[in-house]
Amino acid sequence: MVDQIPPPRLTPEEQKRRRKRSLVIALTLGALVVLFYVVTIAKMGPQVLQRPL
Amino acid sequence: MTIASNSLTEAPAESRVTAGVSQGDVSDFFALLKPRVMFLVVFTALVGMVVVHPDVNPVLAFASLLMIAVGGGASGCLNMWWDADIDAVMTRTRKRPIPAGKIQPGEALAFGLTLSAGSVIVLGLASNWLAAGLLAFTIFFYVVVYSMWLKRSTPQNIVIGGAAGALPPIVAQAAVTGHVGWESVILFAIIFIWTPPHFWALALVKSGDYERAGIPMMPNVAGPDSTRRQILAYTILLAPLGLAPVLYGFGGLAYAIIATIGGLGMLALAAQVYRLREGEPAMRVAQQLFGFSILYLFLLFATLLAEHGLGFFRPVMG
Repeated sequence: MVDQIPPPRLTPEEQKRRRKRSLVIALTLGALVVLFYVVTIAKMGPQVLQRPL
Repeated sequence: MTIASNSLTEAPAESRVTAGVSQGDVSDFFALLKPRVMFLVVFTALVGMVVVHPDVNPVLAFASLLMIAVGGGASGCLNMWWDADIDAVMTRTRKRPIPAGKIQPGEALAFGLTLSAGSVIVLGLASNWLAAGLLAFTIFFYVVVYSMWLKRSTPQNIVIGGAAGALPPIVAQAAVTGHVGWESVILFAIIFIWTPPHFWALALVKSGDYERAGIPMMPNVAGPDSTRRQILAYTILLAPLGLAPVLYGFGGLAYAIIATIGGLGMLALAAQVYRLREGEPAMRVAQQLFGFSILYLFLLFATLLAEHGLGFFRPVMG
């Protein structure tokens, strides 16, 4: 049996800051997905979408 | 870094904090990127791009510029991580996120390294690996050569270290053309020669701060008089160098006028700094030179941007 380490109890202020940080990380990751997509299209051209089915 | 670590283990007094939990707000992480420096990096890099009128997809140019900005921010973040101990004792920097206890040094290090690696890799994929290599070199030069080595060991710190701040136009030109041309080398030279009079003017005003932090800035090592002489010497070099874009054909009529007036303004202020050596007037004119030097560099680059980006270019030569 392994002892479980209880998660730290955050103050309301810490929870608020963590939520805000998580939101910005999520938005940044979303922006990166869009960036990689448009860079791929820009580098390879529209023919990247044409492929045999 | 020992002093910083010791002082940073103390929790902020205003609230209870949970051990092992980040206390940083989003704005604190953004402040780690030195937004004002990042703006200058983006601005000078953009000018480095537009003066060569590259035949490049605007999406790729934008992605490259974004990655140069992120790389610049990452190097600022790593600089704050390394310099947290001296930032804590200088009035100008003691409110930065690490000395203020809002962000732990380890968080800043991880943040800076992640952004550095990410910006270099994405720039390589979006543009080319020459530009990515140059961006990696810029980050390395600023963090390792300037921050870790030169800053605390020689009064020539900002002279040699200034190369890092001058490199963005070269990285930008490499990103959109695949090579390094003389346009960006000239822009590099202007920023490089501009850096000593700009920083030493500030160092004259803030010499007490630097003394307390143990940083060997020129006024603290060679003395204020020698610093004033060197400020004047670099400004005498800078004023004609500011006109080099005109001689090389990418600075137009508006640029020639701005560079001439701005160069004369820099020379007049540097001469005043050299002449006035005592008391409040000496400090005031040094502060004026510091402020004007920012305006001067901004106007040079903004004029090039307007000439090439907005079509105001009127050739002076040929």
